[in-house]
Amino acid sequence: MKTSATFGLPARVLHWVMAAMIIAMLFIGVGMVASVSGRHEVLVAIHKPLGVAVLVLVCVRIVVRVLSKPPALPEDLPWWQRVAAHGSHLVLYALMVAMPLIGWAMLSAGGYPVTLGGGVQLPALVSADPVTFAWLRVAHRVLAYLFFLTFLAHFAAALYHGLIRRDGVVRAMVGR
Amino acid sequence: MERSSSSSSPQREPGRGWWRWAAIGGAVAGVAVAFGYVGGWLAPARLTPHRIVDALQTAGGGIHPGFRRNHAKGVCVTGYFEGNGAASAYSVAPFFKAVRTPVVGRFALPGGNPYAPDSSVPIRSLALKLTAPDGEQWRTGMNAMPVFPVATPQAFYAQLMATRPDPKTGKPDPAKVKAFFGAHPEAGAFLQWVKGAKPSASYVTESYYGLNAFYFVDAAGKRQAVRWRVVPEQTAGAGDVATAADPNVLQQDVTQRIAAGAQKWKLLVTLAEPGDPVDDATKVWPAQRTTIDAGTLVLDRVEAQDSGPCRDVNYDPTVLPQGIQVSGDPLLAARSAAYADSYLRRTSEEAGVAGVARLSSEGR
Repeated sequence: MKTSATFGLPARVLHWVMAAMIIAMLFIGVGMVASVSGRHEVLVAIHKPLGVAVLVLVCVRIVVRVLSKPPALPEDLPWWQRVAAHGSHLVLYALMVAMPLIGWAMLSAGGYPVTLGGGVQLPALVSADPVTFAWLRVAHRVLAYLFFLTFLAHFAAALYHGLIRRDGVVRAMVGR
Repeated sequence: MERSSSSSSPQREPGRGWWRWAAIGGAVAGVAVAFGYVGGWLAPARLTPHRIVDALQTAGGGIHPGFRRNHAKGVCVTGYFEGNGAASAYSVAPFFKAVRTPVVGRFALPGGNPYAPDSSVPIRSLALKLTAPDGEQWRTGMNAMPVFPVATPQAFYAQLMATRPDPKTGKPDPAKVKAFFGAHPEAGAFLQWVKGAKPSASYVTESYYGLNAFYFVDAAGKRQAVRWRVVPEQTAGAGDVATAADPNVLQQDVTQRIAAGAQKWKLLVTLAEPGDPVDDATKVWPAQRTTIDAGTLVLDRVEAQDSGPCRDVNYDPTVLPQGIQVSGDPLLAARSAAYADSYLRRTSEEAGVAGVARLSSEGR
């Protein structure tokens, strides 16, 4: 397979659409648990179907990632930045899969119906149990913070590549 | 590595200038600050679920690990709801058809102290969870009073703050209580009611009011604002008052009565007319409003709350089936958010999550 300087169109579209969704999810999630206003209801109603959409799209994305070869990192990139790049991408993929599944399982363990609006209801992922609920709920929060920090590092690294190194890494995802 | 054949190579000279680093730092810090603001860490004045539950905890005399932070003292009941089809003209919810739906319920005493004597407060509550065969649920938390004292979560928090026990006397400071009710005339209807209210010696002779308005939605999508309540069929002993001499009379009473036979309530649904307040739980609707008898609630089994099926249920009143929707009542969102916080605290205590109170022999 030929190595291209840019990511393929499916990979780019998935990246930017999911980026918007995930950043929205992180802000919605942290906002809804810190609000007693009407926002709480609205945000919860968005959070659940949007999370399921992320789960569906990340499955597509993993297939796209496996079937296509991404552009290589610049050859002169220091080894530790290479490790950080691959490691953080792995963490981001893992969280994109884990967060929706934990959210879904957490609601199931709490005995809540997992409703997505419009009468759509998902089956319970695990049986109702308060101890399972508590651990999953704590994990959902801690991993959300990790997700946000990893996103921040990813964002900072992208800006570093685009503004300081100017090495084509950002162009590879922008696609021009 | 093969590069694209565009005229300018993507690998350019490294960017120079302090502004580039400043731009990176500023962008990252900006996103982090926005996150901190939305999450409440950088907005200390915001009323959060956490602060409300902290206030309830204080009002309840501190942490009682494993217990609910409000309505901590209670008992599980189960049975069924039998619809009669009358409300199906207004709502597509499956429970209103002429079918039997299993119910997991809980009678309780308001307040965060699981050992409060039954005579300490004149209000009782009944929470219900109805589950349809397809998994749809209707959860409702009702109180034996016709109106709520305040209309907003902010006022509720202010009330908790004004009525909390003074550390010196162990009792609320009368000046603060007076100042609160002086500043909240909307509590008038509640104060009027509470003046004549006596702590009932039985859960089963009480009427329980949903307090908040909701919308019923029919098959055509038409919304009708409603309030519901359950009204007891059993009246023997109604008006008997719980006394300090029998601090746990309610659980004994309900256990004896259900052992003798199922206890029943009518579910009455009142239809709002245009102009009736649907976002204010401090105001009753006029008595002549159309009221539908939607079916019968039958409770025929009692279990202790530390082992019964209601133990792990969060009676969040915004868990609703198709055909019932929340109104704009600001208390509903606040109840949902605060109940979730309370539920996380008590389940975390059950799980032994680090940093939370240990479950002692108190149980739940």
